[in-house]
Amino acid sequence: MENALFSYALRLGDDSLVLGQRLSEWCGHAPAVEVDLSLANIGLDLIGQAQLFLGYAGEVEGKGRSDDRLAFHRDVMAWTNCLMVEQPNGDFARTMARQFLFSTWQKALFDGLAASKDARLAEIAAKAVKEVTYHAELAGDWVIRLGDGTEESRRRMIDGLDWHWRFVEELFQADAVVETLVAEGVAVDPAGLRPGFDARVAAVLAEAGLPEMQLPRGVVGGRKGHHSEHLGHILAVMQHIPRTYPDAVW
Amino acid sequence: MYTTELQKSDSKPVAIKEPQELIDAFEARVAADAFIEPKDWMPDAYRRTLIRQISQHAHSEIVGMLPEGNWITRAPSLKRKTILLAKVQDEAGHGLYLYSAAETLGASREEMIDALHSGKAKYSTIFNYPTLTWADIGAIGWLVDGAAIMNQVPLQRTSYGPYARAMVRVCKEESFHQRQGYDALIVMSNGTDEQKAMVQDAIDRWWWPAIMMFGPPDDNSPNSAQSIRWRIKRETNDELRQKFIDATVPQVHLLGMKVPDPDLKWNEERGHYDYGALDWDEFYAVVRGEGPTAKERMEARRKAWDDGAWVREAADAHEARRRLKAAA
Repeated sequence: MENALFSYALRLGDDSLVLGQRLSEWCGHAPAVEVDLSLANIGLDLIGQAQLFLGYAGEVEGKGRSDDRLAFHRDVMAWTNCLMVEQPNGDFARTMARQFLFSTWQKALFDGLAASKDARLAEIAAKAVKEVTYHAELAGDWVIRLGDGTEESRRRMIDGLDWHWRFVEELFQADAVVETLVAEGVAVDPAGLRPGFDARVAAVLAEAGLPEMQLPRGVVGGRKGHHSEHLGHILAVMQHIPRTYPDAVW
Repeated sequence: MYTTELQKSDSKPVAIKEPQELIDAFEARVAADAFIEPKDWMPDAYRRTLIRQISQHAHSEIVGMLPEGNWITRAPSLKRKTILLAKVQDEAGHGLYLYSAAETLGASREEMIDALHSGKAKYSTIFNYPTLTWADIGAIGWLVDGAAIMNQVPLQRTSYGPYARAMVRVCKEESFHQRQGYDALIVMSNGTDEQKAMVQDAIDRWWWPAIMMFGPPDDNSPNSAQSIRWRIKRETNDELRQKFIDATVPQVHLLGMKVPDPDLKWNEERGHYDYGALDWDEFYAVVRGEGPTAKERMEARRKAWDDGAWVREAADAHEARRRLKAAA
């Protein structure tokens, strides 16, 4: 498979950047200053990961595309992030439901990727796994706090999780890119991450007093550029300045 | 972000006469540049003035997140995006230390936030102007944080210990912001004609509001004398303004830009720049809440607080239940 490593690094970068972009929408509008700080913190970590993954993708591709070129000059079909990260923030419960599911998956993935045969991926994952472990814990704490808070917060957390369950399946899908790289010891086999993910989610839901999850039919497509309606709007905002002034350096 | 006296004093006459020997001892400690700590005796007026000043400063940090936050999702490179997000996050952190410093004086966070939302408490007038282009983000870092530093550096030696210590940390971060803001403008000033035009336009719009951040002229700043005696303020508004102008004008020229003040000229004799008259009617209008984006700022703050009420209630309910379980 040609350029599998480029595609893989790109999707890891896209996941982090799109979610970082979403979290930055909260800045200045969170329920308390402390929450504002922690959302910005997670957003910063994710955008930092995106710089590393996209920078590496550009090097692997060898066509002179930088992290910025990849971030600001690709249209929807060329983005390969998972659908979960591009979902609108909704209320704070929906944002935290997404963060919990995504970071729990990302932590398991980076734990495995830190042992990749590709030294650069291993290095980036080893650095990022520390950050992501904290994101998963913080978001898990909020799932518990809101699930076990008031009647309203419990209802909102159930709704927030309900919004995102359909995007869980995509996280564990393997396509030709993943299969090629798993065979080379470069990528992590997502199927192997599933039991740990399910166990962690079940434990947090139980502690939160929330009902067990009944996964609906998965909605997929992000890895091949078939996104939800939301990504185009994210890109329109994010890419507006570099697209308007293509010759400018910032 | 910064602080200057914007609110009229809300002091009511003190019913209980404070013991003269305590007042004398307090004044002597302050005059000797000793720190006053939360458990120390202090005159009621000192406490109330500080609560007002520190909470106003905290509110300025929190409201100040909005005009810059307006550009995080649109920052033109990943590097600039992370720098801006980190800067706005720092402001949230400053807000938090400052609210905590005010809490040590007996003010509650809820009371302070209610005062902001009801319009009783003020925040820096500068944040009631809009951020229209990416150059505004550079201009805010450089000019607004720059003015804030001029104001705050002397406050690192202010008489109230928790406030002084908060200022030490805040100043370190603000200097970093100032350099980053100026760096963004250097890059743009060496860029395309459109970028240069954005930089000049940003300077034209932010210059006057930035130099107004130091507050009214000394002859119209009634609380200054007492605040200086109490070491709550250490230099006058006009002294700080002059210092800022002297330091900043050469930086404008280094960018190849112009200061939007036809009366600005170097005065060899004084060793300072002379500058044109400030439009104080504009300043007082913005203090009254008539700034171009005042309504947007207050609406955004109230909405964030109101929309977050259920989250804060849930966190409290969970915490109470957890403690009950732990005690059982």
